[in-house]
Amino acid sequence: MNLHEYQAKRLFAEHGVPIPQGDVASTPAEAREIARELGGRVVVKAQVLTGGRGKAGGVKLANSADEAEAQAKQILGMDIKGFKVRRVLIDKQAPGIDQEIYLAVLIDRGRRLPMIMASASGGMDIEEVADKTPEKIITAHIEPVLGVRGYQTTYIASQIDLPRDLWRDFHKIVVGLYECFKSNDASLTEINPLVITGEGKLMAVDGKMTIDDNALSRQSRLAEMRDVAEEPEAEREARLTGINFIKLDGNIGCMVNGAGLAMTTMDIIKLFGGDPANFLDIGGGAKADQVATGLRLILSDPNVEAVLINIFGGITRGDEVAKGILQALNEVETAVPMVIRLAGTNAKEGRAILADASMETAETLSEAARKAVAAAAGAAKASQE
Amino acid sequence: MSILVDKNTRLVVQGITGREGSFHTQQMVAFGTNVVAGVTPGKGGQWFETDSQKIPIFDSVKYAVEATGANASVIFVPARFAVDAIYESADAGIPLVVCLTEYIPVLDMIAARRYLDSKNTRLLGPNCPGLITPGQAKVGIIPGSIVKPGRVGVVSKSGTLTYEVVYALTERGIGQSTCVGIGGDPIQGTDFIDVLRMFEDDPETEQVIMIGEIGGNAEEKAAAFIAQHMSKRVTAFIAGRTAPPGRRMGHAGAIVEGKSGTAESKIKALNDAGVRVADNPDNIVDLVVSGS
Repeated sequence: MNLHEYQAKRLFAEHGVPIPQGDVASTPAEAREIARELGGRVVVKAQVLTGGRGKAGGVKLANSADEAEAQAKQILGMDIKGFKVRRVLIDKQAPGIDQEIYLAVLIDRGRRLPMIMASASGGMDIEEVADKTPEKIITAHIEPVLGVRGYQTTYIASQIDLPRDLWRDFHKIVVGLYECFKSNDASLTEINPLVITGEGKLMAVDGKMTIDDNALSRQSRLAEMRDVAEEPEAEREARLTGINFIKLDGNIGCMVNGAGLAMTTMDIIKLFGGDPANFLDIGGGAKADQVATGLRLILSDPNVEAVLINIFGGITRGDEVAKGILQALNEVETAVPMVIRLAGTNAKEGRAILADASMETAETLSEAARKAVAAAAGAAKASQE
Repeated sequence: MSILVDKNTRLVVQGITGREGSFHTQQMVAFGTNVVAGVTPGKGGQWFETDSQKIPIFDSVKYAVEATGANASVIFVPARFAVDAIYESADAGIPLVVCLTEYIPVLDMIAARRYLDSKNTRLLGPNCPGLITPGQAKVGIIPGSIVKPGRVGVVSKSGTLTYEVVYALTERGIGQSTCVGIGGDPIQGTDFIDVLRMFEDDPETEQVIMIGEIGGNAEEKAAAFIAQHMSKRVTAFIAGRTAPPGRRMGHAGAIVEGKSGTAESKIKALNDAGVRVADNPDNIVDLVVSGS
């Protein structure tokens, strides 16, 4: 789960990381009031869960409360990469920026440890820095029992040419960022940029934070921070039902048990010239209700012109899936052609249940994908005529 | 021979009285696995009955090991208690711990893996389907009906995708030495290289199928290992060519982060290492039978 910039920075601040004074507004009038309290010289920043806000015009400087109101009016309601801006963060402008640094704590899967990552090239896309000038990325791993050690932050500070009089403050910020990472079960805490202000102080001007979904059950405060307005409705409903659903742009809906098989089903649809409309993993041991919800979510996408259901039963039982499909078909009227492939546990019983439903069946995944692609092409042609 | 589990496996089931634990204990026993004990704290002294035998239940793994000589454990307990169950088995000296539980927090696994590395315990998983040696033992939930004894080793991050491939092998009359699900979490107890090394050293395994997916760089590392250390033929499949970046595809570890973890990078690394990568799981078997 990703947090908004303002949420991430507030969590950083709880651990002693200096951030600009500021607050969030959801109307231009609120923006004006906040800017006034901050003295007028502010930056107005769109709060959306995607990168590239600056390029999209979602970050603007204002030199008075009036200007802040006008900027907020422009930014609120903007569409940035498919995300509608519902809130803006009004931050006091940093008093001059002398240098921009990148600093993050993340998980290094290969080494199986948290890792500090820093670069003197802050304020840029760090992927690009890593790609073009990997020598500018400085890393240090954190042993959980030891925590961040002073020699590590000294090494990083010297590598990124940080003035010596800031090393102490830098150490405190790295320690705070790691404490924030650890206590909130984050998989990423990122400050980009961490700036040296004209007054010679370090300050986290932008922040990003990703929380480990597996830990949300014990991080109830963070779970409540989820911005449900930014989550597509179908994905929210899926999440609450306990199935994994991700909407894509294609026209062939798919429902599969197991994440690896679900990805593979998408891949094979593409391989045979089709385009998947979604990723949907009903999980292990799915019950009829979950299957019905899954199918309903797929059919609620107007782009869907064919559905491919691919179930290889292990814990999941074919008859239970079949019942769920019938349940969904009773609830939703649809003319969308469907192809089903049932194998494994209770596949035979499942096929018997579906004998009267008008569905095409397939023996193998390839056959099912071929048929689904053909059905979608046929449906597209029919709708054009 | 085979790897990790066989006729000599003496299995203790952690969470034997739970819904999943009890169902799959029946399945494992029916397959022929030697299940010697179950553990459910508070139910020590009771018995778990299958169609063919009575299995003693203990309050802790330590008691189970002392009484039955258990040498492998399988964990069917919910995420909140699963890490504890891993520590408990390792502390009781169990050499192989198989954890099926999904949704264990990553930072907990980092600490657990650190601890296990200091012990003589191998963890498989978490968030995995377990493993199966056809004709000998099954630990976990891979359906026993789809396997057949033979000489192809299978190692995979995915559950049902593995079933798909194993079923296709069996249908074509090709048996398996051992099928191992390493799981789809970012931090795993056992990785591709560990299992590839075991297959390389196992005289009964002739060739290997490796099934990877997007996220991390375990497949790239495995490719380097194969190029340097494996004499046996490896055929691979990578799931997630069409997965959008930045989205977690069901498995906690299956995510393309920026330019890292893409299917293209993994396929290229494997091809460069001389590994044939199928573009469709239905073709894996063709590559396996087609010889070199």
